[in-house]
Amino acid sequence: MATQDPRYRVPAPKFRPGDEPDFSYLEIPAAGEARRPGIDVAGKDTLDLALGMVRVLDHNHQAVGDWNPEIKPEVLREGLRHMVLTRVYDDRMLKLQRQGKMSFYMKSTGEEAVAVAGAMALKDSDMVFPSYRQQGILFARGRDIVDMMCHCISNSRDNLMGRQLPVHYTWAEGNFFSISGNLGTQFPQAVGWAMAAQYKGEDQVTASWIGDGTTAEGDFHGAMTLASTYKAPVILNVVNNQFAISTHQNIAIGDAPSFAMKGLGYGIASLRVDGNDFLAVYAAMQWAAERARKGHGPSYIEYFSYRADAHSTSDDPSGYRPKTEATKWPLGDPIERLKNHLIGLGEWDEERHEALEKELNELVVKSYKEAESYGTLHDGPLSPIPSIFEDVFEEQDWRLVRQRQDLGV
Amino acid sequence: MAKMNMIQALNSALDIAMENDPNVVSFGEDAGYFGGVFRVTAGLQKKYGMDRAFDTPINEAAIAAMAIGMAANGLRPVAEIQFSDYIFPAIDQIVNEMTRLRYRSAGQYTQPIVMRSPWGGGIRGGQTHSMSPEAFFTHVPGLRVVIPSNPYDAKGLLLASIENNDPVLFFEPKRMYNGPFDGKPDGALQSWANHPKGEVPEGHYTVPLDKAEVVREGNDVTVIAYGTLVHVALAAAEKSGIDAEVIDLKTLTPYDIDTLTHSVKKTGRCIVSQEAPRTSGFAAELSAQIQEDCFYALEAPIYRVTGWDTPYPHAHEWSYFPGQDRFINALKSVMEAK
Repeated sequence: MATQDPRYRVPAPKFRPGDEPDFSYLEIPAAGEARRPGIDVAGKDTLDLALGMVRVLDHNHQAVGDWNPEIKPEVLREGLRHMVLTRVYDDRMLKLQRQGKMSFYMKSTGEEAVAVAGAMALKDSDMVFPSYRQQGILFARGRDIVDMMCHCISNSRDNLMGRQLPVHYTWAEGNFFSISGNLGTQFPQAVGWAMAAQYKGEDQVTASWIGDGTTAEGDFHGAMTLASTYKAPVILNVVNNQFAISTHQNIAIGDAPSFAMKGLGYGIASLRVDGNDFLAVYAAMQWAAERARKGHGPSYIEYFSYRADAHSTSDDPSGYRPKTEATKWPLGDPIERLKNHLIGLGEWDEERHEALEKELNELVVKSYKEAESYGTLHDGPLSPIPSIFEDVFEEQDWRLVRQRQDLGV
Repeated sequence: MAKMNMIQALNSALDIAMENDPNVVSFGEDAGYFGGVFRVTAGLQKKYGMDRAFDTPINEAAIAAMAIGMAANGLRPVAEIQFSDYIFPAIDQIVNEMTRLRYRSAGQYTQPIVMRSPWGGGIRGGQTHSMSPEAFFTHVPGLRVVIPSNPYDAKGLLLASIENNDPVLFFEPKRMYNGPFDGKPDGALQSWANHPKGEVPEGHYTVPLDKAEVVREGNDVTVIAYGTLVHVALAAAEKSGIDAEVIDLKTLTPYDIDTLTHSVKKTGRCIVSQEAPRTSGFAAELSAQIQEDCFYALEAPIYRVTGWDTPYPHAHEWSYFPGQDRFINALKSVMEAK
């Protein structure tokens, strides 16, 4: 029988299904409050930024404070477009997964700003080691949507030959590393990549993303230690979307006052950022990229956000959290917030927004039709079966030759 | 040609690789300034600089991950794991990342990495400095596992491994760093100076990966060994008076099946050996494949000479170690078997 009083503390979220979520307990600093230090700031001097929150868009959707990146409206509209495309694409792919067109899918709903603004603040030549929820980077970098879909439906045009689960993209041409699926492995790898870039005398910056839950992995500690020791030009990002599948972030965070705070022990400059604020994400990444490029070393950034949809097509969040939580999230929705900011500037309106959504919906539908013409996982054509024995080694050895013969292909 | 022990031969290989290719970097715990606890990387930092031969934090997973990132970005890292017993924190990075990156990216990223690690027992290292963990890794697709048995091969195989475009796990039999070992711990220490395989060219050469070598020709039974046990098997063959053919495997994955089956089809009998515990060891793989390929040529069951299914004991090291007597007993048994 379960005891009423656990004999040790097992953290639980405040709200479970059936509860009325109320996030008023969260202490959210006001927009514009955080100071913007010089890019050469010492890690130990960022305590206030790791405990506070970099926010630019205020409750009236105005850009305020030192961190306002003062981006031109056309760039903001481009960001809005990438975020809307990411959401439209995610929604469409989920429907297609439900129709059996692909084995699996993972949406990034509510977290579009983290990926899109982050990617836009970097140069396209900068290297990224994402987790599986940063598809927005691909849109920001202009990857062909049909190619993305062909990967997700594992057809004959899948650039990964049907070897990877959907959403686990690789796009070397776009400086986008191979997404693993084993959590956090990319974090220390990104440091190695960044060191090699420095070794070769390139001014490339490397960025990697993990989730809040993954900060508990040893690879988090490994990456932070390497980055700090070798002062690598790397930006280590933690997307705190509050959940690791069903597990609330308080299972990973323990008594740390923020995930950003964990960077201080490594002496790395650490920021906590409003992850649903396009301008704040952009400004933080831009600051960290300049810091890395100018030789001031690594940065570590927590994006405070909320995973507004399921972890993946394999879980139903209504089993572990109230259905209404996403709508109650105090930091709002990143697309709505940027849209309202642009409207406030007189640079956007509802009609244009509707037209944009319509245009992108049509683009996604049309792209999917084209993608399907190269086959689907269910009906083929797929990559040739003998390709399962390729790329294990540079050249096939006798075992693989024999096994291919055993399979009869 | 020069007289070299295995440490000097490995050091020479690293020196040549770093001289020839500016993308080769070497790092590990104590592997920078100090030159490694076994001195294999000695002098490299002084000669090639801090950024090409350096110390790392004590985090094997991070060492492997750093190598992965560097290799994907065009370098050819040679990473040292201080003892092969310490490799397990890195196993996720090696098994799920390094060895699959070429595959999962469909060739967009490759991993020309060598992970070097002192390996095996016989040095009174106790259970955390004596292990032979090769079977954990021979099970992994996309990974080459190489174990030399002498200075000449050590240098040539290490250069071949560094120049190869696949990840290589390079285990160095540390009992034989300074001299061959016939399995008799009470005997006089031997030196590579008097051994033909201690004659090592000073310049560049490679020993092919994937090729085994018949190190003693014989007609009655084939003994397959790698690393330290090659010399034990040779000594046992001499003492037993049995006309045994001894094969030094050198590369475990992918192993040289042709040399093995050619020999077993000639002799009709086979002993496979490993210092590691018996169950699910690499000898079991060799035994399975040889019986599949040579069943009708076999005149006796394939015998295994191995360590026991125990951790490597400290005080009773020599009761664990598969020494000459165990080989001689196996040779007699396999010859008597009908």
